[in-house]
Amino acid sequence: MLKYLIEKEFKQILRNPILPRLILVFPLMALLILPLAANYEIKNINLCVVDNDQSPYSRKLVEKIRSSGYFVITKTAKTYDKGLEAIEYDDADVLIEIPKNFEKELIREGKGKVLISANAVNGMKGGLSSSYLSSIVTDFAGEVRSEWIEAGTGGGVPVIEIMPLNRFNQNLDYHSYMVPAIMVMLLTMICGFLPALNIVSEKEAGTIEQINVTPIRKFTFIISKLIPYWIIGIIVLTIGFGVAAVGYNLLPAGSFGTIYVFAAVYVLAVSGFGLLVSNYSETLQQALFVIFFFVIIFILISGLYTPIKSMPEWAQTLTVINPLRYFIEMMRSVYLKGSGLFDLQKQMIALLIFAGLFNVLAVVSYRKRQ
Amino acid sequence: MKAIEVKGLKKKYRKTEAIKGVSFEVDKGELFGIIGPDGAGKTTLFRILTTLIYPDEGEARVEGLDTIKDYKEIRHIVGYMPGRFSLYQDLSVEENLTFFATVFNTTIKENYHLIEDIYKQIEPFKRRKAGKLSGGMKQKLALSCALIHKPKVLFLDEPTTGVDPVSRKEFWGMLKKLKKEGITIIVSTPYMDEAMLCDRIALISEGEIMKINSPEGIIDEYDSRLWKIRGEDMHRLLKDVREYEGTESCYAFGDSLHITLKGGEESIGGLEKFAEEKGHGKIRGEEIRANIEDCFMKLMKK
Repeated sequence: MLKYLIEKEFKQILRNPILPRLILVFPLMALLILPLAANYEIKNINLCVVDNDQSPYSRKLVEKIRSSGYFVITKTAKTYDKGLEAIEYDDADVLIEIPKNFEKELIREGKGKVLISANAVNGMKGGLSSSYLSSIVTDFAGEVRSEWIEAGTGGGVPVIEIMPLNRFNQNLDYHSYMVPAIMVMLLTMICGFLPALNIVSEKEAGTIEQINVTPIRKFTFIISKLIPYWIIGIIVLTIGFGVAAVGYNLLPAGSFGTIYVFAAVYVLAVSGFGLLVSNYSETLQQALFVIFFFVIIFILISGLYTPIKSMPEWAQTLTVINPLRYFIEMMRSVYLKGSGLFDLQKQMIALLIFAGLFNVLAVVSYRKRQ
Repeated sequence: MKAIEVKGLKKKYRKTEAIKGVSFEVDKGELFGIIGPDGAGKTTLFRILTTLIYPDEGEARVEGLDTIKDYKEIRHIVGYMPGRFSLYQDLSVEENLTFFATVFNTTIKENYHLIEDIYKQIEPFKRRKAGKLSGGMKQKLALSCALIHKPKVLFLDEPTTGVDPVSRKEFWGMLKKLKKEGITIIVSTPYMDEAMLCDRIALISEGEIMKINSPEGIIDEYDSRLWKIRGEDMHRLLKDVREYEGTESCYAFGDSLHITLKGGEESIGGLEKFAEEKGHGKIRGEEIRANIEDCFMKLMKK
């Protein structure tokens, strides 16, 4: 009987004019476009230079900033106020002022001052551009110093150079961080939404009434709704692996097996959640909106876009009851660090609890009668 | 044991009382009609009997099984065809039938004899999607699906609403045949003419059963004399007749008016004269035998 019910679900899904295509196209589009568009690396920052010194050193500094590739010098101003005006008119995002006697002081006292002002209307861009800029200046100072040491004029100032080594993602490649997380988002959307909408549309069509007067057990009925989406979830994930490998040259450091095992549990959890919502919704509109509400919150506090550690205390506590969080943690660990099942026990247990909880609640709250 | 026993059934939806204390019994093998206008409580009654909702008060038994306690057993032995077409529109005719056979743990073959007459008519279209069938064919498919597990009791909620007259007639013919198979059939309908085709009927209005009897029995109980008149301008005639002091009731039925007079008056002559004076020309009153609708109207008035 269960086999027949599942067969019927697949027939209906495949006959739907939109669903099968969307299931294929959605992961492709999301994975190919999102990581490229939603990028934290900021390039082409418009820079305004106020060089009051006009000395070889100040010119050298400006040249260094230009050659970093992050900045485009769109404006040179005579005074700080003029430069600020450029920022106000949005001709520049950030301003660097090199004071008069910059070179003299640098040589005489071994110290130089520069002023950086950034437009922080876009907080992220402002913060990043000023920090890029200051690291370039620091770099510049280091170069000057080592020049003097070589020339024997520096007077033996010890130089400490910091060389950061980024473990697991050496080049801080944004894609290898984002792509696994987007796969999780996809699984959540497809496997959370579809089963819920499926049941609610049976309610709207009245077919559920016809099912309810049959001797089908509610457990069987719910399972027959879960399994197809479970299979679809695994297919979507596989497509995701393919896109990551071909499009971003990204293969997990760990094993695919670990991810599949986790995905199997995770899909069960989110589709159980979707079914739970559907049991309390009478119309597609209601179901869609409720799931939308939860999925957006889940995604925002999952650590997908912003690190959990930098969230306020209460938000961090909230992430404990967010199944997405555990799955994203797992994905990144497996892809970047090569973690195995054994290292991810905590995440596995959490997901198992969610899967169990949501599905038990879904079966219990599915009433064949009022 | 009766096929259906209902005692003091009540059901409220928030503030509206859908059913206000309904009791009746249906014999095995009977074709029982529940006749009443929209909103009378027919569907609620069906939903309680098919174990889809709980009654607030009272009890209902189907084949001796309680609709609350023994709902699992009831689901094996009843067939239900809801008022709205509710089969899978994106599955074909054959797939729908197979689906319902499978969920009842049976096969089309096993009970094919039961649905043969009906299914044969839609079999040429068995690969067509259910959503693409015409109204009459949808009805036939829905009936086939409700019958495929050989139910002991068949519930048909307004099966002929929105179906053309020819298909309606056919449909009732099929019900007669099913009755011969020993299946108890409970059918609801807002059409009074269909009432005559039932063994017994219950007239229901606003959640209460007004009368239960055979259609003939109900007509025989009609104790007023009834006249039929016809005129040129029916709309004005209806208004004028209702103004006439001797008129007890007057309703339009198709192309004529059905009239009863106050105090069981022996002759309609007074009214005829009155109508003539009002400029309706020569009006002839003809005494007729009441139909179910007349009975229903009379009961409603009480």
